[in-house]
Amino acid sequence: MEIWRLPISASQRGKLISAGYTTLSSLSSISSSDLARESKVSESEALDILKFASHSHSGGWEMSSGNCSIFEGAQNAWDMLHEEESLVHITTSSADLDNILGGGIHCKEVTEIGGVPGIGKTQLGIQIAVNVQIPHGFGGLGGKAIYIDTEGSFMVERALQIAEACIEDMSEYNRFIRKDFQACEIRMQPKDILGNIFYFRICSYTEQIALINYLDKFISEHKDVKVVVVDSVTFHFRQDFDDMALRTRVLSGMALKLMKLAKKFSLAVVLLNQVTTKHTEGSFQLALALGDSWSHTCTNRIVLYWNGNERYAYIDKSPSLRSASAAYSVTRRGIRNSSSSCKRIKMM
Amino acid sequence: MANKMISEIPLPKSIANVFAARNISTAKDALSLTEFELMELLDVGLTEVRSALSQISEIVAPPYQTALSLMEQRFQNEHLGGHFPTGLKGLDAALCGGIPFGVLTELVGPAGIGKTQFCLKLSLLASLPTNYGGLDGRVIYIDVESKFSSRRLLEIGLRSFPEIFQMKEMAQEMAGRIFVLRPSSLSEFTQSLQQIKVSLLQNQVKMLVIDSMAALVSGEHEQGVRRQQTLSWHISFIKSLAEFSRIPVVVTNQVRSQSHDEASQYSFQAQSRDGIVETPTRYDSHLVAALGIHWAHAVTTRLVLEAKSGQRFIKVAKSPISPPLAFPFHITSSGISLLSDEGMELMGPEINSIHCQGHNEIINFRMESLV
Repeated sequence: MEIWRLPISASQRGKLISAGYTTLSSLSSISSSDLARESKVSESEALDILKFASHSHSGGWEMSSGNCSIFEGAQNAWDMLHEEESLVHITTSSADLDNILGGGIHCKEVTEIGGVPGIGKTQLGIQIAVNVQIPHGFGGLGGKAIYIDTEGSFMVERALQIAEACIEDMSEYNRFIRKDFQACEIRMQPKDILGNIFYFRICSYTEQIALINYLDKFISEHKDVKVVVVDSVTFHFRQDFDDMALRTRVLSGMALKLMKLAKKFSLAVVLLNQVTTKHTEGSFQLALALGDSWSHTCTNRIVLYWNGNERYAYIDKSPSLRSASAAYSVTRRGIRNSSSSCKRIKMM
Repeated sequence: MANKMISEIPLPKSIANVFAARNISTAKDALSLTEFELMELLDVGLTEVRSALSQISEIVAPPYQTALSLMEQRFQNEHLGGHFPTGLKGLDAALCGGIPFGVLTELVGPAGIGKTQFCLKLSLLASLPTNYGGLDGRVIYIDVESKFSSRRLLEIGLRSFPEIFQMKEMAQEMAGRIFVLRPSSLSEFTQSLQQIKVSLLQNQVKMLVIDSMAALVSGEHEQGVRRQQTLSWHISFIKSLAEFSRIPVVVTNQVRSQSHDEASQYSFQAQSRDGIVETPTRYDSHLVAALGIHWAHAVTTRLVLEAKSGQRFIKVAKSPISPPLAFPFHITSSGISLLSDEGMELMGPEINSIHCQGHNEIINFRMESLV
């Protein structure tokens, strides 16, 4: 029943349905005078109905978002769904990982990724900073990246390696899949990819707060930035703070600003976090750092961990994704699927 | 940048006065408070607070650089693009040139495995002129456990670079570039660090070695969490020192035995048992690196030295650029050398485990070869 989608009054709708017009396609090939006669509505009403019907067919929902908003600044869930579906995700270059993430890292959301040292957090961060630049023709965002380095773990040679591998993969794709079409010429060079990563080095928590405040202005001047990676968000907050309550307030203020940035500029925010040990239920367990109140602030939370000899990613928290884990590996070319052949996605 | 005075930031007069009146003198004070707290404290409206904060933030925030210009800068200004070759070909190849500048590199392993030997070799190399692969500069060696042996240093020099060290003046010149500090307590160490930071650049210091970090803390008899907090200032300080001076910093670490209630799992792992592969290594190796997980996060490169089945290995356990490779090595009169430049790639968390098998024989062997 698609007629109910049209912004028409209930009585008009009732007349249409009783005349037998239940779907939009039934309205597509009829003239306004016929419609007026069949459903016993006036000529002008019939015209309006047909106009609405053709609008929704072509997918133009500009009217509905303006007219149907009852509360100022609110957006109804239907419109949000349309928007979400049209957003492209940032691939992680591992299909299994992208699968459990629902396509990749989501834009307009803050995703936290944490794990033990050496599990591949920085590797994933660099991979995302490179992959956001994949052009539209290859299903990417064609955007730029901001990389905020608080620990000095960003290594340019590694970023160059990953950029080269990314371009090679795109050329492969060109050769095999798109040979029928006008080959989307890859004019990108690895150096261009490096040139599109804006690198900031942070040396104290004050600089971290200042930079995140400043990002609003920076991104307004560089509108093609589509991802902000903070590696790691933890480091400067693990020391220097005697007042834990202050730390919590500062961290939540920071998280809020990042969320606003993500929504305002439709970009993805990726926060890399460290690990600490927590005493729960009588034993020591690993948990992401920065405390319990921080764990509430991010939209999505992914934990990277070792399972046997493989690296796994687990969706710990997400409003729309199921808790699942998938294997991935860190190779010379960057993050890729795990080399074992069987499917490794486990639903928890 | 963080300690920038509010008075130096061009803010509208009215709000600058209010900041001063409320004793908020540095940018750090202002930025540590939330917008609401500032509103309350300064008794001004939200828009004024926001605009003041955004002005302060713009000044305090560090400038950006594209990754491309970062790379070009490093390759132009720095030795081998910011890497210090160790002379161990396989290791240097894996690390993309050598030990990286500007970050912490950790050497961890059981006692007697060769960490100090490696440090001695590196100190020597750093003092050499660039045409011999050195950094042509001074080295600061913080020797906590009094393990530094100048005789051994000169022996290594003589065997590895006879053309330099056979001449007495040259040997004196090179050895004269290595400065050894022996702090007897954590507070002395703290003082030395602060002095070093001030005079580092003008004194042409090209490398800092701390041997060993763990010994500093174990001497203080602190347990668990307190010990970690004690070190956290130092970790942060040493990292920032490395960062601004762009020199390689090598730190050695000890091992300790793994306690039974060692945290190794997340809460979601404990809940669902299917699909979990038991890590076999957990039962074999009872040794882990000391200083805890915060330290493990802080180091950028971790090189594990271990002994397995009577053979010593140096493994790249954590590195932003290298795959997890293990190289067999031995200690000779000319320092450390690799038995094979082809590293074995290790899978999984095995790269992090520290073995000490067949080690006692090795210690004796070493004593013999040195005599």
